[in-house]
Amino acid sequence: MSQGKIEKKIVLKASRERVWRAISESQNFGVWFGVDFDGPFVVGKTLKGRIMPTQVDPEVAKMQEPYKGTPFEIVVEIIQPMERFAFRWHPFGGENDEPMTLVTFHLTEADDGVLLTITESGFDKLDPARRAEAFTGNEGGWEHQCKLIEKYLTLGKP
Amino acid sequence: MAARASATAPMFAALGDPVRLGIVLRLCREGPLTTMTLQEGTSVTRQGVSKHLRLLEDAGLVASERDGRDRLWRMEAARLAELSRMLERISAQWDARIDRLRKFVED
Repeated sequence: MSQGKIEKKIVLKASRERVWRAISESQNFGVWFGVDFDGPFVVGKTLKGRIMPTQVDPEVAKMQEPYKGTPFEIVVEIIQPMERFAFRWHPFGGENDEPMTLVTFHLTEADDGVLLTITESGFDKLDPARRAEAFTGNEGGWEHQCKLIEKYLTLGKP
Repeated sequence: MAARASATAPMFAALGDPVRLGIVLRLCREGPLTTMTLQEGTSVTRQGVSKHLRLLEDAGLVASERDGRDRLWRMEAARLAELSRMLERISAQWDARIDRLRKFVED
């Protein structure tokens, strides 16, 4: 995390094709992610959509309900069939003058399924102070701040 | 006084070096320390430590004041705490999305 990127690795117990289709087909992507896209993912194209509550988890769907209809936009960067899908977006929603981050889904073999690595990078161009209401306030004392910082700096290190 | 950068790139660059990371962690755990104390027990020269500290200061992560012939350094924690909170939030969002992806493909 201290490189300004977030990385998640998970093994999914499903076929490579099933995972690839869940990620690279905009309609499928929308079903689990919770967005209704206007069309398919095409490299180099900006694709618009609206937030739509997820169809795979009723609890989460309830929480997403207030955001239903909120405009959503991505720019597709990479489609390497069965292997890599990447797009750029605004992680906090549609503020056009804010920098975009890059989200990458990388598929490889695992013993019992598909190893999926999700990476989001480009945070070094963002400014959390612009989102002051979300990320500041409730600072807590010095000790609380330092605990938070230490957790962030040592995350993922052995 | 170091100028406040609006983007976080200087903070990430500052934290990308193991010596500077070590300095930040020490200031966090032990409170304000002098240049001399920070240099003790490391293989870095006093000049080297000072260079690292100036870079951290330019990135808005630490601040200092004169302490006799030495300097006393302290964390400027607020901005780094903001950054930590932002990345934690995004990390949690991805965990939730992964849950939903798993439900979608593994059923």
